[in-house]
Amino acid sequence: MASGRFSRNSIAMTGAAIVALYLAVIVVAFFWVPFDPLAMDAAHALQPPSLASGHVFGTDEFGRDILSRIMRGCGVSLAISVAATALGALVGTFMGTWAGFRGGRWDHWIMRVADVLFSFPSLLLAIFVMAVLGEKSFNVVFAIGLVYIPQFARVSRGAVLAIRQADYVKAARSSGAGSGFILFRHLLPNILVPLVVQVSLSLSVAILLESALSFLGLGVQPPAPSWGNMLASARKAMVIAPWTAIYPGLAIVLLVLGFNLLGDGLRDVLDPRLRNVR
Amino acid sequence: MARYVAKRLLSLVPVLFGVSLIVFFLVRLIPGSALEMYMGTQVEATPQQLEELKRIFGEDKPVPILYVQWLGRVLEGDFGYSLRTGRPVLPDILARLPVSLELTLLALLIALLVGIPQGVLASLTKNRVVDAANRMAGLLGLSLPQFWLAALMVLVFSGFRGWIPMGNYIRFVSNPLRNLLMLILPSLAIGVGLAAVIMRYTRNSMLEVLQADYIRTARAKGLKRRVVIVRHALKSAILPVITVAGFNTGYLLGGAIVIEEVFALPGMGRLALYAIYQRDYPVIQGIVLVIAALFVLVNILTDLLYAVADPRIRLDEAGR
Repeated sequence: MASGRFSRNSIAMTGAAIVALYLAVIVVAFFWVPFDPLAMDAAHALQPPSLASGHVFGTDEFGRDILSRIMRGCGVSLAISVAATALGALVGTFMGTWAGFRGGRWDHWIMRVADVLFSFPSLLLAIFVMAVLGEKSFNVVFAIGLVYIPQFARVSRGAVLAIRQADYVKAARSSGAGSGFILFRHLLPNILVPLVVQVSLSLSVAILLESALSFLGLGVQPPAPSWGNMLASARKAMVIAPWTAIYPGLAIVLLVLGFNLLGDGLRDVLDPRLRNVR
Repeated sequence: MARYVAKRLLSLVPVLFGVSLIVFFLVRLIPGSALEMYMGTQVEATPQQLEELKRIFGEDKPVPILYVQWLGRVLEGDFGYSLRTGRPVLPDILARLPVSLELTLLALLIALLVGIPQGVLASLTKNRVVDAANRMAGLLGLSLPQFWLAALMVLVFSGFRGWIPMGNYIRFVSNPLRNLLMLILPSLAIGVGLAAVIMRYTRNSMLEVLQADYIRTARAKGLKRRVVIVRHALKSAILPVITVAGFNTGYLLGGAIVIEEVFALPGMGRLALYAIYQRDYPVIQGIVLVIAALFVLVNILTDLLYAVADPRIRLDEAGR
């Protein structure tokens, strides 16, 4: 069974454990954080990490507790990444599945649109969209989602093309099933494997994109904490207070690593072609 | 081959056309016109002056016509004028292009030089622990935000200011050595992620090739292990790796935008960010167009390189 293979796959399990840890942090941060993440305290600005003061990761240039901001920022960063990936996955998968299923003109035009979106480097496209739409959290979701649309379109189209001529699809068609029925009943469930892997890897890149946008001042706007804008404000004081830059960065690296491990492990577990390779 | 090249180049046209549509119409979505933004700080203008300004800013006709006119000007190399400096956009972009290109190429070089040998070594290990460590290192490389890495480098190396020049940019032509020293850290920050990608692809590609019959034959012939690995296996395993590297050059270009800001390098990315902060849309439009065109071009070059190296590709295409 797939679940057994999953629990025996140490890569996937490590990734799942890391992601679970962050989910737990989000839940905890919803009810409790050590300090108010927005409360400024000039008397305690740029305090080094210390257990005695309670600022375990130190404070930033406004005296705000870094651990509290990382915990609250976790929900912000993850919510944006999940929403953006969901948007890109839904639209892209629909486009790609439809293109692969209908073929002909549909295929041609849908994939041309994907080609055009593909001709922008992803970060550039996201920056451009943010510059045009303005710096709002919803726009970040849209900007990153747009980057993912062509990727999901390609993955799902390829997967559909591979099974479109399968006997069970032909059988469904000859017994009178409509396009929508074949699409949802037969095609989508059978292309889920590459999509699940793609979702996990996309989540990791979304975290990186969101943090880069916020770092440039084009994403989540201060004072709301996001890991990217924490790093942006850390740049000013970084040399005298390295902890302001180190901990938010580590928070990003560990979560991104978690999604990458999960995606990589899932590929091992789910992709039957790789199953017997060592 | 000529036919294949022509066909690939021709396929560029609709893609670039689509790119121009997106660049033009996205900027049109901005609330308030460029003219209004320009006028924001200006004194009152007479109706005649306003008409004249509308014509200069290209807001006197319906949007589809404006698009065609704009496209025509762009094809002639006229990308419009900066709203802030009033200077033509294209020369300003082209003046900064070399910095970004040098950064991108250095990053690509670092990624290849680190990624390929590491990938080959990873494919040869039989040790499960080493294999897992390699895989972990690869995934970790993928997980590092470039700008964070860059910031940490600035932090660590700010103590070595005497050796590694930071601050005022030194052009390659005026002092190649100091220029390279200056760009080595930024390129490293940009290239690490791609090095990890290349390492993973090289490893997988090598593992596949090493199973092939001709490798067994070469070994059975008694060829040295080194020769089999480098001359036989790597030679064909490297093909997909080159493709991946080529297609990821855009990712490097995007990374350069952020990294230039961290290291205060006067490249296209820094110009783009200032244009964004100042809402200087003609400049943003110009840079997005230039980078997208470069990216598309690199992808085509990668395709062609692949076709040169692997005859099956172009024969396949011609056969269709």
